[in-house]
Amino acid sequence: MNNRHPRNENEPSFTQSAARQLLMLAAGAVVALVALMWLLQALASLVGSSTTAANAVDVQNNSITIAISTEPPQLNSTLATDASSGMILGHVMEGLLRMSMDDQLEPGIAERWEVTETQAKFWLRDNAKWSDGVAVTAHDFIFAWKTALKPETASEYAFLLYPIKNARAVNEGTIGLDQLGVYAPDDLTLIIDLERPVAFFDKMVTFQTYFPLREDFYLQTAGRYGADAQEMLYTGPFVITSWVHGASLLLERNPYYWDQAQINLSTINVGYITADATARLNFFKDQRIAETVLLAENLQEALKQRWHIRREQDGTLFFLEFNHRPSRSTRNYHLRRAIQLVVDMEELVYKVTKLPGYVPGESLFPAWLPGVEGKFREEFPAPKLQLNHQQALEHLALAKQELGLQDIPPLALLAGDSAVADIQSEWLQAVLKTKLGLEIKIDKQIFKQRLAKMTSGDFDMVLAGWGPDYDDPLTFGDLFASWNLNNRGRYNNPDMDQLVSVAQNSVDAATRMQAFSDIQQLAFDDIVLLPMYERGVTYVIHPKLKNVKRRVIGADVDFTRAYIDPEGV
Amino acid sequence: MTRYILKRLLQGILTVWFIATATFFAMHAVPGDPLSGDKAMTERIRANLEAKYGLDKPLMTQYGIYLKNIAQGDFGISFTQENRKVNDIIREHFPVSATLGILAILFAGVGGILWGALTALYRNRLPDTIIMFLVILGISVPSFVVAALGQLSMVNLNTFAGFSILPIGGWGTIWHMIVPSMVLGLSTMAYLTRLMRSSMLEIINSDFVRTAKAKGLPATRIFSQHQLRNAILPVITVLGPSIAAITTGGFVVEIIFAIPGLGRYFVEAVQQLDYTVIMGTTVFYGAFLVFMVILVDILYGYVDPRVRVS
Amino acid sequence: MATSNFSADAFDPVDQHQQTHGITRPSRSYWQDAWIRLKANRRALYSLYLITGLVIFTFAGPMVWQVNPDLQDVDQISQPPGADRTVTLVEPFQPWYGNPATPGEGLRFAGPATTQGVQLQWDPIPGASGYRIYRNIYPVGAEKAYGLPLKENRADQTYFQDRLDLKPQTYFYSVVALNVAGEELPNALSLAGQLTRVITANEARRRNLLLPDEPAISGDTLTLALHPLGTDYLGRDMLSRLMHGARVSLFIGFFAPILFVLFGVAYGSAAGFMGGVSDQVLMRFADFVVALPFLLFMILFKVIFAVGPGESGIAPMLVAMVLLLWPATARLVRGQVLQIREEGYIDASRLLGAKTHYLIMRHMIPNTMGVILVTLTFAVPSAIFTEAFLSFIGMGVAPPTPSWGSMCNEGIKTMLTTPHELFFPALFISATVLAFNLLGDGLRDALDARMRNRD
Repeated sequence: MNNRHPRNENEPSFTQSAARQLLMLAAGAVVALVALMWLLQALASLVGSSTTAANAVDVQNNSITIAISTEPPQLNSTLATDASSGMILGHVMEGLLRMSMDDQLEPGIAERWEVTETQAKFWLRDNAKWSDGVAVTAHDFIFAWKTALKPETASEYAFLLYPIKNARAVNEGTIGLDQLGVYAPDDLTLIIDLERPVAFFDKMVTFQTYFPLREDFYLQTAGRYGADAQEMLYTGPFVITSWVHGASLLLERNPYYWDQAQINLSTINVGYITADATARLNFFKDQRIAETVLLAENLQEALKQRWHIRREQDGTLFFLEFNHRPSRSTRNYHLRRAIQLVVDMEELVYKVTKLPGYVPGESLFPAWLPGVEGKFREEFPAPKLQLNHQQALEHLALAKQELGLQDIPPLALLAGDSAVADIQSEWLQAVLKTKLGLEIKIDKQIFKQRLAKMTSGDFDMVLAGWGPDYDDPLTFGDLFASWNLNNRGRYNNPDMDQLVSVAQNSVDAATRMQAFSDIQQLAFDDIVLLPMYERGVTYVIHPKLKNVKRRVIGADVDFTRAYIDPEGV
Repeated sequence: MTRYILKRLLQGILTVWFIATATFFAMHAVPGDPLSGDKAMTERIRANLEAKYGLDKPLMTQYGIYLKNIAQGDFGISFTQENRKVNDIIREHFPVSATLGILAILFAGVGGILWGALTALYRNRLPDTIIMFLVILGISVPSFVVAALGQLSMVNLNTFAGFSILPIGGWGTIWHMIVPSMVLGLSTMAYLTRLMRSSMLEIINSDFVRTAKAKGLPATRIFSQHQLRNAILPVITVLGPSIAAITTGGFVVEIIFAIPGLGRYFVEAVQQLDYTVIMGTTVFYGAFLVFMVILVDILYGYVDPRVRVS
Repeated sequence: MATSNFSADAFDPVDQHQQTHGITRPSRSYWQDAWIRLKANRRALYSLYLITGLVIFTFAGPMVWQVNPDLQDVDQISQPPGADRTVTLVEPFQPWYGNPATPGEGLRFAGPATTQGVQLQWDPIPGASGYRIYRNIYPVGAEKAYGLPLKENRADQTYFQDRLDLKPQTYFYSVVALNVAGEELPNALSLAGQLTRVITANEARRRNLLLPDEPAISGDTLTLALHPLGTDYLGRDMLSRLMHGARVSLFIGFFAPILFVLFGVAYGSAAGFMGGVSDQVLMRFADFVVALPFLLFMILFKVIFAVGPGESGIAPMLVAMVLLLWPATARLVRGQVLQIREEGYIDASRLLGAKTHYLIMRHMIPNTMGVILVTLTFAVPSAIFTEAFLSFIGMGVAPPTPSWGSMCNEGIKTMLTTPHELFFPALFISATVLAFNLLGDGLRDALDARMRNRD
């Protein structure tokens, strides 16, 4: 039976000799491989994509290493819109004002300021300097804002400058740049005429779109401003000394920064860029990085490692957005009401997302937003939803009646391509199927295709998220105004528009907050959207690293005031 | 020979042109818009952006401009990395992917040939069984599982040792290259082992080996000159396409090991519909691949006189 | 001298069907011979059984194990196989806002600690201007790693109800006092307790654990639905998902390779055989196809096939694989054909007047079978993994359709805590790969012309 292949069995010496040869070949190959690796390393260093390996916290050099999930596309503050640009810019730039460690407005490059209904005035300090030693002047701000508003710049965040007089018209190209309502009577005084009263204008100038740019340097970069470390100037506590694309950024202390006393770290090494949270957790475990975010699946490992786990709200609201276009069955109030009455967001947060930072959504306005004096949601509590299966079924029957349908046609649920979106849409599908018998078709799309479908209205419901642009309820409040392009479901209600106008045009805090409260109620009553949860972050920080700040707006994570405590455990 | 190579190169250029054309139109046929973002933009801004990237022109004009630009070696400016030239992206990140890929291929090639030859020699005996079991294990686990497990075991090893034996991510020194390139090369190594084994078995039975033995050639010469050399042929044939697969397929490893390779940029570009980066990387890889195929064909002719080009 | 005894008829042609010398065994065709040799190969036979088993598992399995793969059981999320399934009936959940009258001192439970909720009540800590409530699954030691921070409370809220991802296990709760600046003070209260798994009557009825007319008495114990291989991250039955996922994975893993390898073989042997200009043109086209970006074309096929919401999107994946992955096989087969073309027996056959078709079928294909089969057996896992990779980057089959690849992708994240979510799909992939490999080996030995008649 086994003598089908006799040639080897009866030639043991041949096999042995051949095996010996193979072994020698293998040894040769290993030597060659090692030599080749040295060669490749030498070649690779010529091109320069490499990580500067360091420890998570280096007490001697007063430096830390961190990881970010995505690389900033570029660091021109007039164009930046994403979180990682915001994070880096928050470390290397400073605007007129800044947010303190306890989230209060404090002087930045401007040492004092004054905002009235028609005008804002900033007095710049004389010791604020660019990273090349040249003084920061009011003209640098004016130049930056004009650059952002110039139609050719096509800045997506230019709308944040619209409180400035004529800014919108300038941005739309109907009038010239010189008509913009900003003046510098001298190098250290900046006067801004306001288009309309904006109660929170002083908070808005902390945002990156309001950061300065220096004209001579900007022009010299010939459109490449912010593309590389040497193509930028800095006003903040750190400067970027090296930026290896896709691999690392090295932030070092800015010797020309005016407020040296506040800064402790000498180096922040952004040593790793990867979107994989588990990989970042491994880097943390291996003492390579000083901070990382935990996902639900990593919590048990973090507990086992006895790490000090922290949590914080990140300010983003996730919600189920309905399509209110006339052709869609989700335009029917009763259908939306039926859905609202059965979807238990507590189950979603406690059983499905399973992260301690998450809070079940109750309102269009997340809990962190400021109100008249304290928090908006404490002053104006969100309407309480009482889930009711029986009522939901009644509303569903009404919906079928009004729509003249025997059955509600399958609803398309548009969802993103992340694992989180998968889980949530699967959960929602099952809930609506079991409780209401609704057929939900999950339409999983990658980013750009999802956006295309959202814009064209090719969905019934969509899992959406909204992060704040500035520290005022209006950043959420105007979302469902009929003119807002981010109102993807085309919700169109004169009452809503009326309330948004009131909130936009008043400076009286009480009036505005009342308007937001009415918007909150209207969004609930008319089921404009279904708030799902307020996202949180659960994270761990190296025990020797102290005073790290998480922010809802601006740089998150903020290491500007962090320090190393050699005794920390 | 020179004429042959010249002819192949000319054909290669034609192939690359076809690749560029097909990708260009496929890309524009995909719905979605490279300019859109999480937050909606006004018509005015959108028009400005379209003008900036030349998307306001008719498609055929864009195609013409694009061809003219790539003929001059200019791939344009990325849509997502707003101020970076695609040429720079390729120049900075391709060497990383290539290094990783070459190492992985070498690990795979050397390993595959050695293991394959060994299993053939010890056919149906213990070494064969053990290696083939490992091979099957190696190919039956998806790359992201292998990468994650590889990284995790390295972390645990480092923790256990109390110092960092090998880095678990990042890029720069040869120490950074070892784990990721082994992870990347694993499935190819398994594949080549199988291929080598089967090809080796065929050679062992062939007439010319029998003749060589009959005429009393020493075993060492039979093995290295006749068996090994001939058995490597099919392995070399698949190496060409594997190089392309590995250098483009490094995405998972690049993400998990935080390596600044081009694979990451390419996958992200497709998801973000970054027209210029998709085109740039596809054309570049296409050219690279065509060149590799030509190289392999020449190499093949060298190793195997029977198919030597006339 | 010898006389010639030759008769004239000795020079007549022999009748073709006339028995000359006795042939010792019946002549067998190539395929008969292959089949006999395959049957003799035990490993190949086992692999055939295994493949048959997988097919039965895929198609007959769901008929036997009639559990809806999309049915979620939020009380049994990520449950390993063989876990305790007893559950106690309780009243529906009610919001709770503290009860300072709860007997006891320090931190205490204000009600039974169940998976529905854990009510904590504590005495004010002097000097506290707020509290942070933590939960751990390990006892807190001197390092003061209290665990998961669940919530921050104001000084006047000395109660908390924990509902986050409660499992029937022991938890260690800590309440830490905060100062005005929100920093933690050294004094903490702690409490440990074992949770019981509970269910409400409504839920129990909905899941057929209680009959509609059966009375629900709080405190009664029931047994939750059985999940032989445990559950996934949404409490769905793993066994059922594996059965349904097999449809996607085996479909992709079987048809895609068969189709693109067959096409590659045809294409490659044609190119190799024809040679010359046709070969050049065909191979340049193969180079062109190899370089096309797979991901982009898959998205494009999704659009062309008008894959709507709710559809799994397997078809465009299959088409993309078949249309874009054949060139590797084609190159390999062409290389082999080029070699064989030069062999003596081909020349001999050609001299005997064999036609191209005959040459390909009789000589080329049997002689390249070894390499083709290795390619094919490797194409099976690579097709399954392509699907898995697409899941990894979020472009795989649409949820809730399961596939082994996407299950692996989900499982890898919880590999350390609930390994069964990775282990079972990985096991099935491995079994499939193993079966196809052994079968491939057996087929190679059986079909390889050079192995013929060696026994």
